[in-house]
Amino acid sequence: MAGYFLRRLLDAIPTVLLVLTLVFIAMRILPGDPAIAALGDFATPEQLAAFRAKMGLDAPLWQQYFNFLWGVFTLDFGRSLMNNRPVLDLILYNLPFTIELTLMSVMFGVLAGVPLGVLAARHRNKAPDNAVRVFSLIGYAIPDFYLGALLLITFSLNLGWFPINGGGEGFADRIYHLILPALTLAFIKAAFLGRLTRTSLLEVLGRDYVRTAWAKGARENRVVYRHGLRNALLPLTTGLGLSTLAALSGSVAVELVFNRPGIGKLLISAIAERDYAVIQGGVVVFAMFVVLINLLMDLVYVIVDPRIQVK
Amino acid sequence: MSFAEQRPILTDEPDIPATPIAADTRLFDNIRHVIFGRISTIVASLAILLLILVALFADFIAPYDPLAQSILNVNKAPSWEHLLGTDGFGRDVLSRIIYGARNSLIFGLISPTLAALIGTTLGVVAGYFGGIVDRVVSRLIDLLLAFPELLLAIIIAAALGGGFWNIIAVLTIAYVPGFARVARAQTLAVKQEPYVEAAVAVGVRVPTIIRRHVVPNISAPIVVLMTLWVASAIRLEASLSFLGIGTQPPAPSWGNIIRDGLNNLFGTPWPIVGAGVAITCVVLAFNIIGDAIRDVLDPETA
Repeated sequence: MAGYFLRRLLDAIPTVLLVLTLVFIAMRILPGDPAIAALGDFATPEQLAAFRAKMGLDAPLWQQYFNFLWGVFTLDFGRSLMNNRPVLDLILYNLPFTIELTLMSVMFGVLAGVPLGVLAARHRNKAPDNAVRVFSLIGYAIPDFYLGALLLITFSLNLGWFPINGGGEGFADRIYHLILPALTLAFIKAAFLGRLTRTSLLEVLGRDYVRTAWAKGARENRVVYRHGLRNALLPLTTGLGLSTLAALSGSVAVELVFNRPGIGKLLISAIAERDYAVIQGGVVVFAMFVVLINLLMDLVYVIVDPRIQVK
Repeated sequence: MSFAEQRPILTDEPDIPATPIAADTRLFDNIRHVIFGRISTIVASLAILLLILVALFADFIAPYDPLAQSILNVNKAPSWEHLLGTDGFGRDVLSRIIYGARNSLIFGLISPTLAALIGTTLGVVAGYFGGIVDRVVSRLIDLLLAFPELLLAIIIAAALGGGFWNIIAVLTIAYVPGFARVARAQTLAVKQEPYVEAAVAVGVRVPTIIRRHVVPNISAPIVVLMTLWVASAIRLEASLSFLGIGTQPPAPSWGNIIRDGLNNLFGTPWPIVGAGVAITCVVLAFNIIGDAIRDVLDPETA
């Protein structure tokens, strides 16, 4: 297993390089001059030249590329054009807020979604199943930012149970600020995971060894959890990984709704302010997280189902 | 497992099957079945029809100019004059939502179509020719599929900026990898078929083989995927507009109506509620129809 882990880690290196290359291409070669984007259409040629020199944009493309890679590996993302603070500081300040939001919403989503899926599968085509189906149809359709806005209006603005905005200070206060945003994303995760649990559990419960388990007189709980859910874990792991990725991308809108600090908020404000260095830093952070979550998924697969590494 | 084995977030059913779905002679039967199969699909079809009519005839249906501001009528609650009230600029919310339907439908239809064209071309070329082309294309597809569509769209929008064609480009790029992957898998399957071998043996030129034998036989799943992704594209456009990197105000989009509503939180909640209900219902309707189409074409996963 250690060998497999090592191989996966080594596999991730070219992936990281490829992702960084694509980010570089997106930032530099796509139409749109960052200097004009940052300074506006009315900047004089001298101003543009000075900006390019400052940002290292006057160097040949290959040199820019290596500077970019070197910057990422040394965690040097330059300075914000708006407030001249190092981009790394901005990222490090905002990152914990995004991570706690992502983790908390996935946790809520699993805690609600998996039992709902089990409930639906145990009562297939009966009332609980139909209720879960309606719930997941709504969860698939409702946009996270709309749900967030509804929760914000109802529970913060009208009832005053939760704070209206911000990320909170100190442990308890941060958790308090986290509840509504996390519930927003968790609702959608629960819809997805509930449906997935139902589908994969039903598929497993139709197999021969489950019938054998019934036949030898195993109790229902043992059949459902020990034989059923244990073997439905693999698709659920995929679901968990996809949920984490979706929570990460959903965090951008939710941070905006609840006016929370976070990488998404940082990136979106940077886009509005045309803060080129921060945009680049934020994009790199998101891209690296996607690679990391995919890598973790690959590793968890092996733990859940040791047969995989044989392939 | 690797990146390649992941699927779009919206679906939890097994993949579109790798074997090509036979060109259907009972097309109208199927369409009838999809639309009139259940009560839910009838309602969903009516909702989609309503959306299309509203989008087409927005000029006649909307009671007010969606851009007309009025300082005297700011933040009005719903009344007979303004059925959904007015926003912080005194604009009629209902009219903005009606024009927003047009905006949503345009992006929802154009970007999956473009993505299907580009993605299918890439996938067919990769699948048919194999070799280094296939390896490069597959690697890129796998990589891009690892990104959630919204995150991919945000990253590209961060580089490109707003504007109509930029949004089209962003949404299209977000869906290209999915189409390319399905097209590639289908092409690999079709390539094995005796009629392709026969065509090669007779000496038919490659472009003709692709045009006449490959593309028609892989089109069914591509079309299914397109219908499934209309809803996804509508929601993605709304998300981008909400984030301020999609449709730019004052042009109305369901996403930026909600954004305006949030910035004017102490005004009225009706812009948020109205636009949100519109997005949710439209996406729900397309999802129900999408599920029905999949059930008809692939009954085993139902």
